[in-house]
Amino acid sequence: MAITSPDNRLWWKEPIHRIELAWIIIAFLWGLVMFFTMTFWHAFGQQNLSNTTYKVMPQAFAAKAERMAEQYKVREELGIPVVHPPPGSDVYLIGRIWMWWPILELEKGQSYRFHLSAMEYSHGFSLQPVNINIQLQPGYEHVFTMTPTDSGEFGIICNEYCGFGHHTMASRLYVVEKSTARSTQE
Amino acid sequence: MSATPQYRVCPTTGLKVFGATQALIKANAVAAVVFLAVGGLFGLSVALTRWPDVHLLPMDWFYLALTAHGLDVLLCWIIFFEVAVLYFASSVLLNCRLAAPRMAWLAFWLMVIGGVLTNITVLQGNSSVMFTSYTPLQAAPNFYLGLIIFAVGALIACGVFFGTLVLAKDERTYEGSVPLVTFGALTAAIIAVFTLASGAIILVPTWLWSLGYISHIDPLMYKLVWWAMGHSSQQINVSVHVSLWYAVAAILLGAKPLSEKASRLAFLLYIFFLQLASAHHLLVEPGVGSEWKIFNTSYAMYLAVLGSMIHAMTVPGTIEAAQRRLGFNKGMFEWLRKAPWGNPAFSGVFLSLVLFGFLGGISGVVLGTEQINLIMHNTVYAPGHFHATVVTGTTLTFMAVTYLLVPLVFQREIMFPRMAKLQPYVFAIGAGGISLFMMAAGTLGVPRRHWDITFADSIFPYQIPSAGFLMMALNGVCAILAATGGLMYIVNTVASVFFGKRTGDAPVKTYAATPAQAMGRPVVADYGSAGTMYIPGTIVLVGVFFVSFVLYYYVNWKYLAEVWPLR
Repeated sequence: MAITSPDNRLWWKEPIHRIELAWIIIAFLWGLVMFFTMTFWHAFGQQNLSNTTYKVMPQAFAAKAERMAEQYKVREELGIPVVHPPPGSDVYLIGRIWMWWPILELEKGQSYRFHLSAMEYSHGFSLQPVNINIQLQPGYEHVFTMTPTDSGEFGIICNEYCGFGHHTMASRLYVVEKSTARSTQE
Repeated sequence: MSATPQYRVCPTTGLKVFGATQALIKANAVAAVVFLAVGGLFGLSVALTRWPDVHLLPMDWFYLALTAHGLDVLLCWIIFFEVAVLYFASSVLLNCRLAAPRMAWLAFWLMVIGGVLTNITVLQGNSSVMFTSYTPLQAAPNFYLGLIIFAVGALIACGVFFGTLVLAKDERTYEGSVPLVTFGALTAAIIAVFTLASGAIILVPTWLWSLGYISHIDPLMYKLVWWAMGHSSQQINVSVHVSLWYAVAAILLGAKPLSEKASRLAFLLYIFFLQLASAHHLLVEPGVGSEWKIFNTSYAMYLAVLGSMIHAMTVPGTIEAAQRRLGFNKGMFEWLRKAPWGNPAFSGVFLSLVLFGFLGGISGVVLGTEQINLIMHNTVYAPGHFHATVVTGTTLTFMAVTYLLVPLVFQREIMFPRMAKLQPYVFAIGAGGISLFMMAAGTLGVPRRHWDITFADSIFPYQIPSAGFLMMALNGVCAILAATGGLMYIVNTVASVFFGKRTGDAPVKTYAATPAQAMGRPVVADYGSAGTMYIPGTIVLVGVFFVSFVLYYYVNWKYLAEVWPLR
């Protein structure tokens, strides 16, 4: 029994029954399949988070974001600049208590090089309803390329607890069709 | 030397129960139940706040309650109970006196002081940093100090366990190898040492930081090392509750492992590979490479998952084999239909086995897949997953075992047997529902640890799909059900322990020849040998499990493939 010493003192010499052995082999192979599915996705899948990260001082990161916002600001919403950077460019998003800054306006089907970092605490970039979730850490600038494939108004909420204002930390992200994008810029 | 320690012979199992061991098991179990009551209450208040139409607690209380909930149930309730199990699996199962009972009492009081200190600090209100206390969020110094004291106590308890194993071997109180359950407990204790060491490595500097002696704790390093404690300690739970599954099957049904070798191999895989799980929390983090993520998140090619999948067959398999030996041989499932479903120890264990495997196990692998984590990280899917493992897995098992602990160790009858009969079902439905509905809400984007998903105070409120609100409401309903089950358990346990009828020398009702008799008899079927094992029902169950696993795994890859391309 499981609560007594094994009846057979040489239990490690007992053969494992073939049914049990078969299951162990199936489970092992399934593990390999899952392992290589992750690897495979890096080669052929479209959704892989980049490993590019830089160490950065929060103020230095904020300065880069402000420079971008100054250059490409198209309007303001409730005091927050809405920024329409050119497709393919570097876009910066700051997470800080308890807001996202600035608001980005992107074009559908275009790729952007995102730079994410937090100012004082960790924050969670949660793009809704797409449901892409990426962590922000102060002192780390996380760089990845993202391509919006739907247009419309999206929500960015914070899903890493960051103090008593955490539940108010929400913002928007606009994705516009290419043609309308050009006309609004003109 | 002092006089030979006092012991009694258990009328049910024939095992020697030493006085000091019995007192320590009682003390740790009682402390566990007290923390469960407190932590459970905090948990209920959290779930009722997250039910948007109820929204029970004000904001600051919500985050405070959430911090205390994690602390009291995940740490205090579970580890106190585990210490009781360690003493049981060493001293009782090996017929040996406990090594250094005074140290064991020191461990107990350190854990009590640590747990209480951290609770008081949290209740003072300046330490609502969640159980994970990610830096740079800072709690009051006593928050960390309490955790450190608690961990030191738990480490001493592990030492007492190891000492007892050595003592038992020295004094030859058992023959051959230690029982499988003791082996599982040993697995847990070894993982616990790794876990507690990781905790010390990160919490001591963080404590010094909160006192102002250290200027900076890197948030990423904190998270990496903290989770070497935080996640690996969940593997202590897995090792312990799987051991208890084997133990309950043995005590109630006289069940024997199908193969000692396979079951022990599975535990060994836990020791080698489970510690890599810190990576599960860093999959969408900046500054961590994909190779590192893939290797660690998969426990080196899913070798620890392999361990769990082995238990997934061998635990129901031992039950089926034992039932068939008792004569429930008709068809595929008579052994299951005519299992002792009215016995809360059995029903609790079996429900736990099913829910842990289907809800907790599968969701854990999916959530821990490097890329799939992108569409789930920090949504309420994560608490959904770990409530399936820690609540329907560990907690439900501990509750089930309590129904044996009270008569066997406390020597009291269960005071309200009918309530006991019902309790595992109420709790399992409630806790299973919590897990399921939180996972569903998570796939709809509902964030975890969030006071108000209506975003009423936000300047740019985001409207979560109404289905998400519905899921959180259903989560609240199930939390009430789970809390009812928890209350039934606590009331019954406390009443029985303090006011229950003494059992005297009457053995506890089991369904096999009593283990004491079985021990002296030759086994009827030697399941360990090829050619005699017949477990068709288990094969069907495992088949269903495997198909669900594969389907759910690839469905989530499909969901992932639909989101915006990222590289």
